[in-house]
Amino acid sequence: MNRRIKEKIKYTAGIIYCALVYVFLFLPIVVIVVNSFNATTSKPYLSWKGFTFAWYGKLFENTVLLASFGHTVLLAVVSTLLSTAIGTLAAVGMYKYHFKGKGLIDGLLYIPVVIPEIVLGISLLTVFAKASVPRGMITLVLAHVTFSIPFVIFNIRARLSGYDNSIEEASMDLGANRVYTFFHITLPVLAPGIGGGALLAFTLSIDDVIISYFTNGQVKTFPLKVMESIKSGVAPDVNALSTLILVGTSLLVILTQSGIFSKHKK
Amino acid sequence: MKKKKNFRGNTLPALVMVGPVTLWLLLLVAVPLIYVVFMTFCSLDANYNLVFTFTLDNYKRLFDANYVQIYAQSLLIAFSTTLICIIAGYPFAFLIARVFTKKKAILYMLVIIPFWTNSLIRIYGWRTFLGSSGWLNNMLTKLHIISEPAEFLFNRGTIILGMVYCLIPYMILPLYTAVEKLDKSMIEASKDLGAKGPATFLKVILPMTASGIFSGSIMVFIPCLGYFFVADILGGGKSDVIGNLIERQFQSGNNWPLGAALSVILIAITLLLVKIYQICGGDMENLGV
Repeated sequence: MNRRIKEKIKYTAGIIYCALVYVFLFLPIVVIVVNSFNATTSKPYLSWKGFTFAWYGKLFENTVLLASFGHTVLLAVVSTLLSTAIGTLAAVGMYKYHFKGKGLIDGLLYIPVVIPEIVLGISLLTVFAKASVPRGMITLVLAHVTFSIPFVIFNIRARLSGYDNSIEEASMDLGANRVYTFFHITLPVLAPGIGGGALLAFTLSIDDVIISYFTNGQVKTFPLKVMESIKSGVAPDVNALSTLILVGTSLLVILTQSGIFSKHKK
Repeated sequence: MKKKKNFRGNTLPALVMVGPVTLWLLLLVAVPLIYVVFMTFCSLDANYNLVFTFTLDNYKRLFDANYVQIYAQSLLIAFSTTLICIIAGYPFAFLIARVFTKKKAILYMLVIIPFWTNSLIRIYGWRTFLGSSGWLNNMLTKLHIISEPAEFLFNRGTIILGMVYCLIPYMILPLYTAVEKLDKSMIEASKDLGAKGPATFLKVILPMTASGIFSGSIMVFIPCLGYFFVADILGGGKSDVIGNLIERQFQSGNNWPLGAALSVILIAITLLLVKIYQICGGDMENLGV
């Protein structure tokens, strides 16, 4: 066989293979989006009864569902801000200073990354119970920051490996103090790493099921609300909300990727 | 005076920067895990209150035949999931990183986008697709391939499918990074020296991307043991993983010391696998993203 045809066949096979993997990855999402337009009104909302936009309207009457989404957003924003602040300070501090116990911090950082989420979830639950911390939004934030911090730090570290300390020295030689230097020199240089870490923290937070399940008390996040409704069948308004979230986050990321991030890329 | 300057110069900023994370990790990672291990030696009184008695009963109960069967099943599911993720994910990562290079940024992004829809509802999407009145059954009956709706759900196979679905990105992303770093000239050198395609793959490409396979395997295998909701939704409560056993002790079963002891199994497996990973030369930092 002609070599060129052979290459062509190989290339086409490659395209087909990749397409199949994407079909696998996106199939349930297609199911969710299609079912958000399903006119069925009887549980478990599975059979197709025609096309409707009605669920998008009903969604805004379902205050319990909307409240759960509000909890998820609040939780994600607060825990992302906290974990990014703590993680940025820690990553820079651990890069610049040498001190006793650094190895211990490093070791502790790997734990939330490798340990099964359920173990982290139940261990936080038992400690909150022991310390009589009432479970709710505060314990959720504590838990989410805990599993996000390592990812933020690792992201920034990757950026720090090529970091030139002399630009900070130059800033201080020119009379800037330490705090001014941190905000005006160190942070802008690390911005892509910090942004990437924050995005990851946010993504992990909105998707988290297991750790929230053990630390939430009475506060239902959106994933936990979905979990609750699975037994009786997930209503199409949940699908409608999921579709809106997907569209919203996609837009947000496309905007940030093309806007903020490219500014610092160079 | 000099000492004071050193404090302001180095110790104070170091403390401000690293202090918060240290405190956080000690209070919310170290202390909770130590407390869980401590709890395994406790027992419950008649009112379900924890009492410290130093008992080994919780560990003895781990050898219950029903539990042992679930550990075996859980490990089998995790092994199969990891293997499928490697076999399916490797060629995919290779293609998007090295063949379709012009579009690789978009193709990479498309692997991450599914994460933005909650994983629970995506798993439920699979249940809708595979269910007895689901899309697949409808399609197959309309095409007259089957006459009666078949039961695709609620067996070990569907749990593995769900696990692969949830976890394959964690295999693809490190593989992608490893493949992208491959030095093209090494592959060319191998071919110039007369190695055929398979030989180049086995002797050059595979060893150079092994780090991606290792870190991907850790990131797939370990969570698999704990993802109780996948087994719940797609397994219908018939086949469990270790995560289900733990979850039950902390919810309906309400036996925290036993749940803690079951968690110690997961901690032990994690430590063992991470140790093997490090011995094989794996870099802990690669597990982060």
